[in-house]
Amino acid sequence: MAYLTDRKRATGWGSAKSGTQHHWSMTISAVALLILIPLFIFTFGSILGSSYEEVSAYYSRPFPAIVAALTILVSFKHFNSGFQILIEDYVHGPMEKVCIIGMTIISYGAAATGLFAIAKLAL
Amino acid sequence: MVELTLPKNSRIQTGKTWPKPEGAKNVRKFKIYRWNPDDGKNPQVDTYFVDMDTCGPMILDALIKIKNEIDPTLTFRRSCREGICGSCAMNIGGINTLACIYGMDEVKGDVAIYPLPHMPVIKDLIPDLTHFYAQHASIMPWLETKTNRPAKEWKQSIESREKLDGLYECVMCACCSTSCPSYWWNGDRYLGPAALLHAYRWIVDSRDEATGERLDELEDPFKLYRCHTIMNCAKTCPKGLNPAKAIAEIKKLMVERRV
Repeated sequence: MAYLTDRKRATGWGSAKSGTQHHWSMTISAVALLILIPLFIFTFGSILGSSYEEVSAYYSRPFPAIVAALTILVSFKHFNSGFQILIEDYVHGPMEKVCIIGMTIISYGAAATGLFAIAKLAL
Repeated sequence: MVELTLPKNSRIQTGKTWPKPEGAKNVRKFKIYRWNPDDGKNPQVDTYFVDMDTCGPMILDALIKIKNEIDPTLTFRRSCREGICGSCAMNIGGINTLACIYGMDEVKGDVAIYPLPHMPVIKDLIPDLTHFYAQHASIMPWLETKTNRPAKEWKQSIESREKLDGLYECVMCACCSTSCPSYWWNGDRYLGPAALLHAYRWIVDSRDEATGERLDELEDPFKLYRCHTIMNCAKTCPKGLNPAKAIAEIKKLMVERRV
């Protein structure tokens, strides 16, 4: 409880002068995924169910390997940004920052794991 | 943190069932939210029966009839009775709308009437809109100029004036903001569809000279970017306006001025 005027409550800390960069980068990654996801499904689907040697040989070719790497990279970047919004929506207080840090670690960790797996297959 | 259940003292209980009007043949049941801050009780839903043969066609007619003839303690705001003042905004049959322009025939079965969702209740169907109005005031809802000429009329082309259509008609009833889940969870910081529609109304006004400052003030992860284009605002607006589109236009301008 604090004796604040209605206007002060509404204005709060004022504008953070940020948010557009986040919004624009989400738009860009969404457009990139619109192209990458069909390409990934097409390349990954064509080799699904094959033997390890065949998959390894397939992903040693540049096109499927680059498509898979980009899809993983952009997907987890998009996931991280989107999940940050979700956390900001529903979690407030100190837990909000803890959740955002945790989600960023998970996102980068998952992206790195994916990239390592593709590198192992391709090289 | 988001709360999924109501606090104990806000849980709604079954209230009083008022007697049916004697001799009436065409009766309709109304279930209306009641809460009195003075009696210390939980909110309750009272049941009223209204004779439709002696009642006007709008929901507000039934509310006025209940207040006049059945229960004078029923409390609600109303004024113009023609959708201009925005006073009688409430949740009718699950939809935020104005009771004065919402027809009885638009609700199937029993008519459930609650105050606008997720707002503090003052009494019965009256929400506390103090913060909502303060947010509206914070977007500077007036023409802001720096040039002192012309000293009288500021002209506007027909094309420029047309850009205000679909924006100036807003009556600030709060139906849109209180239908928005983002406003429910973050209404303390998110300006909400109504205030943002008004902000865009002044941003897009050809005579206004504070466009940059207005955009600066809105550039915030919470003030503007809590809008996730859920579109409840556009669906529920009793005036048929589209606040979600106005917010999308603000976001487009934000990108345009930097990319």
